[in-house]
Amino acid sequence: MTAPNVAEPAVSTDRQPVLAVHDLVKHFPVRSRGLVRRRVGDVHAVCGLSFDLFENETLGLVGESGCGKTTTGRLLLNLIPATSGEVVYGGRNLVELSPGQMRPLRRDLQIVFQDPFASLDPRMTVNEIVAEPLRIHGLLGSGKQARDKVRELLRMVGLNPEHGNRYPHEFSGGQRQRIGIARALALRPKALVLDEPVSALDVSIQAGVINLLDDLQHELGLSYLFISHDLSVVRHIADRVAVMYLGKIVELADKEELFTRAAHPYTQALISAIPLPDPRKERSRQRITLTGDVPSPVSPPSGCRFRTRCPKFADVLSEDERQKCVNEEPALIDRGQGHASACHYAEAMKLV
Amino acid sequence: MTAESNIQLDRRSADGDAVLEVENLTVEFPTEDGVVQAVRGVSYRLAPGEAMGIVGESGSGKSVTSMAVMGLLPKTAKITGSVRFRGEELLGRSENGFAEIRGKKIAMIFQDPLTSLNPVYTVGRQIAEAILAHNDVSKKVANDRAVELLATVGIPFPEQRVNNYPHEMSGGMRQRVVIAIAMANDPDVIIADEPTTALDVTVQAQVLEALEAARAATGAALVLITHDLGVIAGHADRICVMYAGKLVEKGTVDEVFYEPRMPYTLGLLGSLPRLDEAGRERLTPIVGSPPSLMHLPPGCPFTPRCPLAQPICEEREPDLYGTDQPGHVAACHFHERLVGVTPGQLFRPTSADTGSVAPANLETQQ
Ligand SMILES: Nc1ncnc2c1ncn2[C@@H]1O[C@H](COP(=O)(O)OP(=O)(O)OP(=O)(O)O)[C@@H](O)[C@H]1O
Ligand SMILES: Nc1ncnc2c1ncn2[C@@H]1O[C@H](COP(=O)(O)OP(=O)(O)OP(=O)(O)O)[C@@H](O)[C@H]1O
Ligand code: SF4
Ligand code: SF4
Ligand SMILES: [Mg+2]
Ligand SMILES: [Mg+2]
Repeated sequence: MTAPNVAEPAVSTDRQPVLAVHDLVKHFPVRSRGLVRRRVGDVHAVCGLSFDLFENETLGLVGESGCGKTTTGRLLLNLIPATSGEVVYGGRNLVELSPGQMRPLRRDLQIVFQDPFASLDPRMTVNEIVAEPLRIHGLLGSGKQARDKVRELLRMVGLNPEHGNRYPHEFSGGQRQRIGIARALALRPKALVLDEPVSALDVSIQAGVINLLDDLQHELGLSYLFISHDLSVVRHIADRVAVMYLGKIVELADKEELFTRAAHPYTQALISAIPLPDPRKERSRQRITLTGDVPSPVSPPSGCRFRTRCPKFADVLSEDERQKCVNEEPALIDRGQGHASACHYAEAMKLV
Repeated sequence: MTAESNIQLDRRSADGDAVLEVENLTVEFPTEDGVVQAVRGVSYRLAPGEAMGIVGESGSGKSVTSMAVMGLLPKTAKITGSVRFRGEELLGRSENGFAEIRGKKIAMIFQDPLTSLNPVYTVGRQIAEAILAHNDVSKKVANDRAVELLATVGIPFPEQRVNNYPHEMSGGMRQRVVIAIAMANDPDVIIADEPTTALDVTVQAQVLEALEAARAATGAALVLITHDLGVIAGHADRICVMYAGKLVEKGTVDEVFYEPRMPYTLGLLGSLPRLDEAGRERLTPIVGSPPSLMHLPPGCPFTPRCPLAQPICEEREPDLYGTDQPGHVAACHFHERLVGVTPGQLFRPTSADTGSVAPANLETQQ
């Protein structure tokens, strides 16, 4: 099932993938300015991703701005056309389906966006917003039955069902995000893509939404692709974690593995850059700081894409060793660290 | 709480003269719907070279407090209290009177570096101009100094980068240019308002390092405003927690992180997912929303969200009471009951948020 160079994560072998992604690619055309907007290149947004999303698990997808997380989430639900590759759901490759063929499958696969305000129609009451997907799919029913369905959804996401006839602007940011979640749950999906679902919220509010997502997963047996740039949140909520850099997964591991035995220099830098809310630990911490900026995804570096910022490449490797980083793309495989990472010179390290 | 940091603090307050003293600062904004009480009696003293963090929920008054200190609030703002720089009163000064201090003695760094940079000049020219504005030196000297400053804040190839325009730089680099400008005149105080909030973590680490370098080079004291308790833990000596326009807890970072005495602070700490802890312990959110600053009821503004609230809390707003550590104060009638209490003992690990509708003032912040 999986691409040949991807190690099967040990923890999940007994489970069925809900979604299986093979060598998924997405390029966005870059056009010249001016009247004739010629295609002058491509943004290599997602470059050959392969991973499984298992039943009832949370896969965290982390990485810095522009690394391709949102694009991956949208490709998974076929909201944008893939350049190549496969997303297999229920034995079918979603990438090849027409919007019409996709429609019945939308019930099973839903997305929640970062900005709860922008994603809710301000002119609709919360009842209407939550009922809309049911109505579109002809599942709402009428009268008391319809009302009960909506009330149950609001109760399920921890809102007061009495507030259903109010408008989105009358709710706090955290409550709005709950409305978005209720709407996504209306059709009883199997998998949810959560794209930075708590990033816009104050921490005290964020915590309640995280607890809610946890509860819903247990109650409904959902699978989550949890997209976030916040590794602390991901360590809390995920079962497995995939780290992306410039369109590629550079490390994929069971959560505890990843946070205690990070093997890729980028993952290591990322973990070591997160400030801990613990003054004593912070004072005694060693930081791995990266220099330089993320290269343009229009012309990514040859070989290992991280080499232009890699501290190991710059400070540790010999000239001979570096040649391999420049010339040969490192595969995402287990090199003896117990999980897959895409570095020729992977070495597990405990950083927190 | 280590004995060491205690001694350090004592020495600081003993040798006494604060660089910045804010006393009973209040800021009100008259609006069509009523008066917004954005800052309600904030006091703090900043010792020379000290780093003080300010945290608090969105809308709690962190930015308005600092803008008042810098004289940057709109004319409609009604400001009372006192802001003294090295003993000299700043409030009530004319724009010229402020300009003397601003940039030279007190420098400010904002979240968006583009608000502080001019798009049509090179960054080198902008740093040089900041130097020339307050110093009688030649252009050549100013330009050389600009290159030096860029190097200090960790910008690679400063001799070339000095000729870049802001748009030719990444967000993290621009923010380091702003830090270079802030340190250009060897200020005594740097106020940084969410300087890394919009940045990726690896870039945030670079910018925070630049900020540390700036402090080391200038000996400036730092007021660091952020919603990230991790950033404060690593870069501040003391911390002020703000809620509904007031400081509700103040102490060394060790005191406040390890021995919090105000329920809101405990709630914040219990809400944080931890990168450094395994396991899936439930988080304990603070349910509900902060109050509207428009029609604040009497009493403690945290009452509707506080698991410890008693009838007295609705009647009387608590002062900042002293705790068992000198300098550690908390605005809670029942702070003594919080000795040794963990967030999980005080707050419930709930996943619901059934509270009534958000107050009107939340919307204006969107
Ligand atoms: N519609 C589009 N047209 C052209 N380029 C795009 C488009 N959407 C995304 N990109 C580019 O693809 C890359 C990946 O973007 P994506 O939004 O997936 O990143 P991300 O990891 O979600 O970032 P963030 O953390 O900022 O949300 C970026 O370089 C982005 O500029
Ligand atoms: N010019 C203004 N007129 C009216 N109200 C204002 C004005 N500026 C700020 N406020 C209000 O003052 C309060 C405090 O705002 P402030 O910007 O200081 O919050 P903050 O703590 O910095 O929040 P954030 O974390 O979102 O930056 C808010 O309720 C805000 O809406
Ligand atoms: S392959 Fe080379 S450049 Fe890439 S992460 Fe490993 S050491 Fe660094
Ligand atoms: S004064 Fe009362 S309401 Fe306010 S924080 Fe203390 S116990 Fe809670
Ligand atoms: Mg995104
Ligand atoms: Mg602010």
